[in-house]
Amino acid sequence: MNDRLAVRKTYKLYVNGAFPRSESGRTYEVTDVKGHFLANAAWASRKDARDAVVAARGAFAKWSGATAYNRGQVLYRVAEVMEGRHVQFCAEVAAVEGLSASKARAAVDAAIDRWVWYAGWTDKLAAVLGGANPVAGPYFDFSIPEPTGVVAVLAPQQSSLLGLVSVLAPVLAGGNTAVVVTSKERPIPAVTLAEVLATSDVPGGVVNVLTGDAEELGTWLAEHADVDGIDLTGAPAGRAMEFEREAAGTVKRVVRPPATEPDWTADPGLSRMTPFLETKTVWHPIGV
Amino acid sequence: MTHVLDPDALPDDARALMAPLPPYDDVTRSDSAFRTFLHGLPGVDQVGAEARVAQLGTRSIKTTAKAWAIDTAISMVDLTTLEGADTPGKVRSLAAKARRPDPGDPACPHVAAVCVYGDLAGVAREALGDSGIHVAAVATAFPSGRASRAVKIADVQDAVANGADEIDMVIDRGAFLSGRYLDVFEEIVAVKEACGPAHLKVILETGELVTLDNVRRASWIAMLAGGDFIKTSTGKVSPAATLPVSLVMLEAVRDFRAATGRQIGFKPAGGIRTTKDAVKHLVLINETVGADWLDPDWFRFGASSLLNDLLLQRQKLRTGHYSGPDYVTVD
Amino acid sequence: MSVFEYAPAPESRSIVDIQPSYGLFIDGEFVDGTGEAFKSVNPATEEVLTEVSAGSEADVDRAVTAARRAFTRVWGPMRPADRGKYLFRIARLLQERAREFAVLESLDNGKPIRESRDVDVPLAAAHFFYYAGWADKLDHAGLGTSPRPLGVAGQVIPWNFPLLMLAWKVAPALAAGNTVVLKPAETTPLSALLFAEVCQQADLPPGVVNIVTGAGETGRAVVEHRDVDKVAFTGSTEVGKSIARAVAGTHKSLTLELGGKAANIVFDDAPIDQAVEGIVQGIFFNQGHVCCAGSRLLVQESIHDEVIASLQRRIGTLRVGDPLDKNTDIGAINSAEQLARIKELSDYGETEGATRWQPACDLPDRGYWFPPTIFTDVSPAHRIAREEVFGPVLSVLTFRTPDEAVAKANNSTYGLSAGIWSEKGSRILKVANQLRAGVVWANTFNKFDPTSPFGGYKQSGYGREGGRHGLTAYLKGADRP
Repeated sequence: MNDRLAVRKTYKLYVNGAFPRSESGRTYEVTDVKGHFLANAAWASRKDARDAVVAARGAFAKWSGATAYNRGQVLYRVAEVMEGRHVQFCAEVAAVEGLSASKARAAVDAAIDRWVWYAGWTDKLAAVLGGANPVAGPYFDFSIPEPTGVVAVLAPQQSSLLGLVSVLAPVLAGGNTAVVVTSKERPIPAVTLAEVLATSDVPGGVVNVLTGDAEELGTWLAEHADVDGIDLTGAPAGRAMEFEREAAGTVKRVVRPPATEPDWTADPGLSRMTPFLETKTVWHPIGV
Repeated sequence: MTHVLDPDALPDDARALMAPLPPYDDVTRSDSAFRTFLHGLPGVDQVGAEARVAQLGTRSIKTTAKAWAIDTAISMVDLTTLEGADTPGKVRSLAAKARRPDPGDPACPHVAAVCVYGDLAGVAREALGDSGIHVAAVATAFPSGRASRAVKIADVQDAVANGADEIDMVIDRGAFLSGRYLDVFEEIVAVKEACGPAHLKVILETGELVTLDNVRRASWIAMLAGGDFIKTSTGKVSPAATLPVSLVMLEAVRDFRAATGRQIGFKPAGGIRTTKDAVKHLVLINETVGADWLDPDWFRFGASSLLNDLLLQRQKLRTGHYSGPDYVTVD
Repeated sequence: MSVFEYAPAPESRSIVDIQPSYGLFIDGEFVDGTGEAFKSVNPATEEVLTEVSAGSEADVDRAVTAARRAFTRVWGPMRPADRGKYLFRIARLLQERAREFAVLESLDNGKPIRESRDVDVPLAAAHFFYYAGWADKLDHAGLGTSPRPLGVAGQVIPWNFPLLMLAWKVAPALAAGNTVVLKPAETTPLSALLFAEVCQQADLPPGVVNIVTGAGETGRAVVEHRDVDKVAFTGSTEVGKSIARAVAGTHKSLTLELGGKAANIVFDDAPIDQAVEGIVQGIFFNQGHVCCAGSRLLVQESIHDEVIASLQRRIGTLRVGDPLDKNTDIGAINSAEQLARIKELSDYGETEGATRWQPACDLPDRGYWFPPTIFTDVSPAHRIAREEVFGPVLSVLTFRTPDEAVAKANNSTYGLSAGIWSEKGSRILKVANQLRAGVVWANTFNKFDPTSPFGGYKQSGYGREGGRHGLTAYLKGADRP
């Protein structure tokens, strides 16, 4: 048999297209569901969150300004690259979530397919959510959806990959940029996803992945004045209300957490895109 | 020294003859320069212009303000007959009405002018005598303006010789619409010269120019060429004097005076039939160019049936009850 | 030279019949409130118009209970087409009593009759007419399969467009099958109370619309009531934030339409005369008491002097005075409190070094008045360039390039509306695309229509009112998490 000693990976953050360690130097131990050591993940600090917001803001103009067709292709590319790491994702999901090989495979399949689903949405949103408004006067008046801006995503704590993709992809499809706080105890697939994002065509800064504690980082992100929206799905029980209150200070768009983590295989519809889409209405006279 | 050659520039001596007032004395140096100038004027948003006049149209002019407006409007009327069937008798009857619009009320002001074809200007002149009422004659192959320059000039000279002290000319809309702005300009300059001491009103026939951008450009051509008044229409083309057109022309005379110091008069004509129309125009003047233009020297209504409606409204205000068509004269 | 003086042309107030006191409208009837009564004042004369009940917490509870009962038993189960027919009835009644509403609105609010008559009231009726048609077509609204109403909506509206804001709130809520408890603004409760009469004339089932007058405490009681499923608020950003905090962690859904500091951008190729009209309409409409007012004029440096000269000339023709005079362009400031704020910020503008210009204009001796005002030499750092004045005060800034215009326009915590003036189509579309604002008026300003979604980006709020989008605030379906 193969007695080669494996080369292990150092798990880092993903900020502005690069893989830094936490500025704080902190790490925390990640184990599988049986308690076996898997890795020392970077323990993101408030300053890492701050840097991630700066990166996301910096990337917003280009990502939101890209054509919807282009964004669709980029998201589809993510699915393509994930497919090539299928085996790795299955192993990681199985390890962190304690799933059987077949259930882990089903979760990874669904996660990849979810990117495909959202990739196809980018250039349909304007038709479905926008339109011409027949105002009672000589004006051409139309409404279009536009991204909200920088969205902080507290990813689900349980579903480490499918849940993560299910909250992240809709934010990106609409043209937002994201700062993601991963599942605290199950961050490994998220780091691998970050490597996928880095090697597909997603511009640096569009997605920033922070491994660590949503309880700690949630406050900083909810209060951050340059964050426009926050998805509290992975907020720790008992803290969501506080985060929502903090988010009110700058009138952030907020997605409240469900009482229990939902079945991520269900058809999401538009429900995770619309909270982070604005509607812009433009008027112009019709004359000669 | 570098020269920018202007292929269609006029010779210097020709330019000097027809140079507009400063600071615009250079804009007619060539077709292309003139075109650049006219197309560099601010655009007019049609919907915005219509919204503005609609809002002014809601002004409620009552009691003393209405009485003032009616008398002022009467004194601004160019009482007009421009029919093929016009005769000396018809013109004399019109002149009598011009002098005493309301035979039952000597306090009623007389109109500003009587407006006729040039061949009848002499009849009008004689009938009006020393009343102070002007004689306006349409000329330059009115209303189409489709004749040679020489014929148009002769038309003007004839009307002036007959006693007209105001000439209402039409611009060459064909030349304007084909972009030959300098031709339009030169013709107005020539007509102005032919007018001698007579005042020149330049009819743009805005119904044929169609867009408000064109109305603004044509207004500027007429003002730069030395017209004393700019006038909307002949009355022979519909639409004639609409409020948005009047708004744009008033903005033109306002801006021209601000830039050159020279005040130009304005005359809407055609389609103004009711007191309400007239009052809306007075409001438009009041709030666009101000009181300086609220004077027959600077503002005229080209109209015929308007006068009787003004008189009926005047009687209503005076007596407190409504009047009827038998209480005003048939022209 | 003569002067054309317009004689007074006052609209008769005999058409309105203001009672000496008003109760609350709960469960289809006017009832006495248990809170202390307060006075509603005509801001143009400081005359007390009437006394109005202040709804207490107990009153709000009664109203919510009535609304819940009506939702469960009557309005929820009702055939959608019938719900629509009630709304059509209301639209028609508003049209029939339009003059009465217009006069009452001008008396209570201070806005010119020309605006209440030509804008507020017709648009309010149009809103009901528009949403009436949606009531039986919700399945086709593209909001997911079989969308359902949320339940009881608690709605708190401002004083700047009392009836119109009521219509924006009530019409979509009812069309979607919700019942409502509405709190009008403290200083302008009367048109809402007259609307209650309209509900009675329409035979609207009791409890579907409840109107609880009062001040901030009454509003808080509505927002914080446990049995309210939906909160809709239009007003200041500050209060909006406190409401968002109050509903945090609850099941209530929330829409907010908050403040603004709109940039009105005038490029050097603009249709200048219409732009000047648009600037005037943008900042002096409704005394500038407009959340989407174009309060920051961004004018290209090359035409700054020309535009300001034209603007000053035009402002000189504005007629300030009696709101009931049909020729009045600018009426009274709504309250002494608002007048004090406008004065404070304007004075601060001068302190900071901006140049104030006001036309010569005679203001009435009594009542709350502020002349139309322009500040030039304003820098983006000045308070009058950043804070919402909510009055007839325009701050003028300049720019040199389109990029600079966009950067300055977006340099605000607000994002409600913006204006663009240019004759170049592709530039308009590019700039409209770059502006972070919910409504962009190009070559026009302050236009509203029930079919046209309205609402803000950033701290100007979230959710849309008007159009198909306006329904989403009052429905739950597949497209909401």
